[in-house]
Amino acid sequence: METIKSGIWFYIVKKLALVIPVWLGISAAAFLLGVISPSDPAVLLLSMDGISTPGAQEIAAKRHELGLDRPYILQYLAWLGQVLQGNLGISYITQQPVLDELLLRLPVTVTLAGISLLLVMLVGIPLGVLMAWGKNTGSDFVLRAAALAGTSLPSFWLSILMIWLFAETLQLLPTSGYGSVSQLILPAITLAAGTTGALMRLQRATLLEVLEQNFIFAAKAKGLPGSRIIWRHGLPNALIPVVTLLGNYFGGVLGGSAVIESIYSLPGLGSYVLEAIRGRDYPVIQGYVLFTGCVFVVFNLLVDLVYLGLNPRIRLGGK
Amino acid sequence: MAAINKASIVYRLAAVILLLLVASAVLAPVIAPYDPNRVMPDETLQPCSIRHWLGTDSLGRDVLSRLLYGAQVSIGFAVLAALCTTLLGVSLGIIGGYFGGVTDLLLQLLVNIFQGLPGMSLMIAIAGSLGPGSASLLLAVTLTSWAGFSRIVRGEVLKIKEESYIEGIRSLGGSDAYILRRYILPNLFNSLIILFTIRVGTVVLSVASLSFLGLGMQPPQADWGVMIQDAKVYFRSYPQLLIAPGLCILALCGSIQLVGDALRDRFSIRQSTQKQDW
Repeated sequence: METIKSGIWFYIVKKLALVIPVWLGISAAAFLLGVISPSDPAVLLLSMDGISTPGAQEIAAKRHELGLDRPYILQYLAWLGQVLQGNLGISYITQQPVLDELLLRLPVTVTLAGISLLLVMLVGIPLGVLMAWGKNTGSDFVLRAAALAGTSLPSFWLSILMIWLFAETLQLLPTSGYGSVSQLILPAITLAAGTTGALMRLQRATLLEVLEQNFIFAAKAKGLPGSRIIWRHGLPNALIPVVTLLGNYFGGVLGGSAVIESIYSLPGLGSYVLEAIRGRDYPVIQGYVLFTGCVFVVFNLLVDLVYLGLNPRIRLGGK
Repeated sequence: MAAINKASIVYRLAAVILLLLVASAVLAPVIAPYDPNRVMPDETLQPCSIRHWLGTDSLGRDVLSRLLYGAQVSIGFAVLAALCTTLLGVSLGIIGGYFGGVTDLLLQLLVNIFQGLPGMSLMIAIAGSLGPGSASLLLAVTLTSWAGFSRIVRGEVLKIKEESYIEGIRSLGGSDAYILRRYILPNLFNSLIILFTIRVGTVVLSVASLSFLGLGMQPPQADWGVMIQDAKVYFRSYPQLLIAPGLCILALCGSIQLVGDALRDRFSIRQSTQKQDW
């Protein structure tokens, strides 16, 4: 028992320890975005009203005031210090603290990502099992084509067609906006399409692989019915790559939601950063990278914990 | 047996489609009936006709010509970006995997950092911060995708390095450079071709998304994502404006995935004995 526990704790501590450098790296990436940007924040701030064209002296004074004349490393450390105190800066455009605005918009994106992730699992896993079960039958053929299309279609194209079909022609669902669940159905489906396709393909392949193994033959020899073999013995063993895929794709879902949010006019993180990009609002862009990076890190930690539950080899402290 | 034949027909079909798309991209200047950016004010929003096979868009530009040049833009850029990603990822993966030690530790940390970043979000932020243009797009795509390559290559190198024949060559006096060039790289080649092929498809999709958001290829550039953005307003009356570029992306990405799968089977990269269906 002792070794089992220490194995788990070693694994968890290792994963937690890795969070710190990853988080520092994310913060450095966010900071560097401001450095590589071609616009000078001092000029941006001084010409925000759209009338004044600041002189060289004015710009130099503002740069000094903002600390932009210091070496980058000092600027980074100062910025990091502020970030650690929960200060992500003030938006150039709205003059509101960036963190407040991000927190205001977070629920929209999280709800959207959550619903679509749920859709991905509820549709992708059963259909993948169905495909493996009926390998090379008509339904397998159709589902494989659908999965391939799901992974190959651009989400924005699908969105436009879905809005046209379900909202404009059939008038079943609202075209855009935020407030009710029905307004999230179309966005969530479009956001889920690509990942669902990938998950179906992976689930089919891994399950077929597991079904080739000796313990499945043993189960068959014991006379267990096919459905029980698949659900009790096949699927649990075929779920580990699926969890990895979901973890990897969450990053895609976070970013992909920017496309979806802009099409369906949802006031989430993605549409916020797109507005900020149009307005050259760098504190917001940096805050967005830092923020989504943190959400992603936390999600990946959760995925690792799920792993722990699913994979006895890690749970028992093996390799 | 029938099933295997059916699968290989699908793979062959995918390869043919992919070849056709690449050929039309390369030959666009020869086969396109019009200049993709030639505005014909008297012929806006034409339906399909002999003169314009796929009609014209709201500015009177020939849709077929724009699709052909769009293939050039999409495929050309995706190949370039996938090359950059592969080069960066492979070099760092080999360095880390082969030489090990502190270098490997630091590179592993870097890989972990970049894999901890949500790719598409960072891509949007980089392309948006740098301002539109192919260079910033290239940087955004490469920076957000090399880490996965590096991780896979490092793992492969570690595996190959442990083989006893490598130890034998080393004891016979083979230098690192010799072993890398003569044994490690050729052993990696098959997996790299597959990773590269699949990467091209992913880049096409992400660049199309960025272009659609106004952060990628810029109008009036004949790009599929830009074309879909342009068609958003008109497609109810002129659906071909929207359908055609969408189907092109579908055909390109779908065929790339299938060809990638076929290559994987051919090179038997999969560990299992199970032959993967398409």
